[in-house]
Amino acid sequence: MASPTSSETGKMKRRSFYMQDASRKALLRLRVNGEISEVATEGTKTLLEVLREDLGLTGTKHGCELGECGTCTVLMDGEPVLSCLVLGAEAEDVDIVTIEGLMQGGQPHPLQKAFADLGATQCGYCIPGFLLTAKALLDSNPHPSRDEIREALSGNLCRCTGYTKILEAVELAARNQEVV
Amino acid sequence: MKERKFSVIGKPLPKIDAMAKCAGETLYADDLFFSRMIYAKLLRSPHPHARLRSISTERAAGLDGVYAVITGKDLPEKFGIMPSTQDEEALAVEKVRYVGDPVAAVAASSETLAEKALELIDVDYEVLKSVLSIEEALTEVDNRIHSWNRYANVQKAVSLEFGDMEKGFEGADHIYEDTFFFQGNTHLPMEQYCTIAFSGPDGKLSVWSSTQTPHYLHRTLSKVLGLPMSRIRVVATPVGGGFGGKSDPFSHELSVAKLSMTTGRPVKITLTREESFYVHRGRHPVKMWIKTGVKNDGTLQAMHFRSFLDGGGYSSYGLASVYYTGALQTVTYKLPAYKFEGARVFTNKPPCGPKRGHGTPQPRFAVEVQLDEIAEKLGIDPIDLRLKQLVEPNSETVNGLRISTTGLRECIEKVAAKAEWKKKFRQLPFGRGIGFAASAYISGAGLPIYWNEMPQSGVQIKLDRGGGITIFCGSTDIGQGSDSILAFAVAEEFGVDPADVRVVTGDTDLTPVDLGSYSSRVTVMTGNATIQACGKLKEMLYQVAGEVLEVPSDDLEMAEGQVRSISYPARGISFVECVQKAEAKFGTLGATGSYSPPKHPANYKGSGVGPTTAYSFSTSIVELACDGETGDIKIDKVWIAHDCGRAFNPLLVEGQTEGSVYMALGEVLMEEQVFRKSGLHKIPSMLEYKSPTTLETPEIETILVETNDPEGPFGAKEAGQGPLLPVIPAVANAVYDAVGVRIHEIPITGDKILRALEGRLKPVSVPSFEFPPPVKWQPGKGAEVPQKS
Repeated sequence: MASPTSSETGKMKRRSFYMQDASRKALLRLRVNGEISEVATEGTKTLLEVLREDLGLTGTKHGCELGECGTCTVLMDGEPVLSCLVLGAEAEDVDIVTIEGLMQGGQPHPLQKAFADLGATQCGYCIPGFLLTAKALLDSNPHPSRDEIREALSGNLCRCTGYTKILEAVELAARNQEVV
Repeated sequence: MKERKFSVIGKPLPKIDAMAKCAGETLYADDLFFSRMIYAKLLRSPHPHARLRSISTERAAGLDGVYAVITGKDLPEKFGIMPSTQDEEALAVEKVRYVGDPVAAVAASSETLAEKALELIDVDYEVLKSVLSIEEALTEVDNRIHSWNRYANVQKAVSLEFGDMEKGFEGADHIYEDTFFFQGNTHLPMEQYCTIAFSGPDGKLSVWSSTQTPHYLHRTLSKVLGLPMSRIRVVATPVGGGFGGKSDPFSHELSVAKLSMTTGRPVKITLTREESFYVHRGRHPVKMWIKTGVKNDGTLQAMHFRSFLDGGGYSSYGLASVYYTGALQTVTYKLPAYKFEGARVFTNKPPCGPKRGHGTPQPRFAVEVQLDEIAEKLGIDPIDLRLKQLVEPNSETVNGLRISTTGLRECIEKVAAKAEWKKKFRQLPFGRGIGFAASAYISGAGLPIYWNEMPQSGVQIKLDRGGGITIFCGSTDIGQGSDSILAFAVAEEFGVDPADVRVVTGDTDLTPVDLGSYSSRVTVMTGNATIQACGKLKEMLYQVAGEVLEVPSDDLEMAEGQVRSISYPARGISFVECVQKAEAKFGTLGATGSYSPPKHPANYKGSGVGPTTAYSFSTSIVELACDGETGDIKIDKVWIAHDCGRAFNPLLVEGQTEGSVYMALGEVLMEEQVFRKSGLHKIPSMLEYKSPTTLETPEIETILVETNDPEGPFGAKEAGQGPLLPVIPAVANAVYDAVGVRIHEIPITGDKILRALEGRLKPVSVPSFEFPPPVKWQPGKGAEVPQKS
């Protein structure tokens, strides 16, 4: 094998640097809660990690990072998605809503108010995921039955509440939403 | 006495932090980011039992971006939550005792790099034969997991005898013996463990951790790191679910503290979900044997109870756990004679510890199922059998526990009426069943974990000229609402809006000690301490208000933001004005309050477990469908009645009750912490470790029974753990009502039901073991301590 020229050596060095460094950053353009942010981050990062670590939106929590518990749910184009199973790079060109985007003009969403008033939050760690999943439900089905609520929320685990007050809160929010 | 009227207590007010949690604004440990922060990972043993020949960390330490690598020799000081069983090391020094036992810790610029560095640590293990069951622990006398304990792999064996056992069994018309097994399970809080430590340039160490017990962590950090407590600050961040799982001081907490002291940088560690399954400290697997003597009418004469706890690799809370499997059997029904023998063994599995109900769900399952069977055999309705022998208020049990108030009768009657028990019991068609059980629990352990005469809970209150009130308390909100309890108590006492109260908790630099969120102690103890502190300030406020209003101070009250005359409510001044006048008169306004539980008659060795401020009582009826072909259980409805003393805040009490029912259903139907022969956890993920979702959780009807306990703050007793207890045996009893088989093992799975229906379910075997001679104790007479053999 012929020995490489000095410029080729430089290129190879740089290339091997990139290859070694899996944390080589990519520029992502994300639309989160109606705001466009550009963030330079590792291409291997999940949307969950980008939201929490690069955008400082720590309202999105993680319970397993394996897609098993629903805690990290965010909305992508209105659909609930587990942000631990999506790469940040896959979340470009969609509308992302996180828990920080649920309040409007400093006012709580009817779901947030109902969850707070009815004691649906205990430790609160799973609650952002529940609220966003419930929002997606009410947006597509404003008058869900209790069984429909159970079905919609069945991918979100809560270990504190026994779900009772969560189900009641979604029902209350559905009623209050009509008033708004 | 006239019933006091409340403006805050008893109202279903939302928690003070509810909206922050709904807005995603609450900062849990892993939400904290510091500049220059680096990340830690722990290297964990792949072997259940091995000796460490050598550890080489050079390759890992040489990796670019790795700032520090530490091993057991950097943190050799032993620790443990119980002072007499300090057998843990932050990083193993000589031996590993379960798969997942940490052996080294790395701090690096990223988690990914820290993980990579772990792969470069070379550990030479001498693999030892592992001990994985209670039976192996008792028989493999020479294969010892620890060397400090007295006998084989028995961490602790206890024997206590109360009343006249011989007479009790002689006077019985029937004697029943049964065996039971309760499989272990884990807390599974939604938030994984997370800790951040920063050793600052001022030589002080700060630790932010998802912990239920910042004070015990504070003490342990001091001991292991060799730093005075005055140089250490522990902040308990809002805990994303605890259930007992965040009550021990942990390896990861000590390791990041050391790594920060080594690097001078903030160091964060967040455990993965899989690691959380191995950290564990959850429900002990317990084998039980119970022998009960009764009269023909079902009256209890004597009970002999034995428990064998599978403790895992370390002691943790085990000393308390073993006593708790024996302590509260006497608190529901009159029992004239009682003997308890219990042993906790070491095995090469993740250590068990306290989980909601700590040591009491297992014996409660055994007692309540056996009583159901006794009632069946004697042809008595199981509820009637219990009703005729309930403990009385203001009485003392045979093991020296003082019962103050009890709403057990009302709990039974209400739950039976709501569930239409008389119409349904033994009258539902095959495949449908209804079952009942009752229980009792403590409102805070009578004694602190380490012996001392200081208060168990303390608060400080600061009154501001603007009328704002700040309360400082070492308590830790794990979701149960303990921060809100402080605000509600202050608001009630001062007659102000809870929104005018600020709460500072769980910070050892700022707050007086509260021992932590465990043993259902927080509302009772912090509530009483708060009332005391408020009382001192009210005395000053009433003095100035009395002078200004020319009203005798015993005719004053605080309500609706006013300090006013009770006789002439129009005569009053605003709270703010009263505070300002008091500050002018007395100087800066502040007060402290503290609380320790009352003493119980019990004074034998082991009587530290059982006494409390007041016992809560719970009853449950479960109605279910059980498929005779598949064994599948579908719970239709759970009725739960809970004597909570006074419902401090009914919304929160209901929440605790519903959560307890939920957790009980998970335990009785599906949750299992199970291991392979290799010591590996069989199902360390949230998908495989089944827990109930919205689809499996039935409708829960909660009935709160109020007894207004004189020792409780505003009459309150506990609510966070007791309601879990009756649900598990109620399900077992309902399964019998549905398909006619008795399952003596938890969880009750379809597979076990089918085997039982086919007559193939083996009875639970309980090992034979020679317990020490019993400490005999008679109410009013005291102890007769046996000579050591």
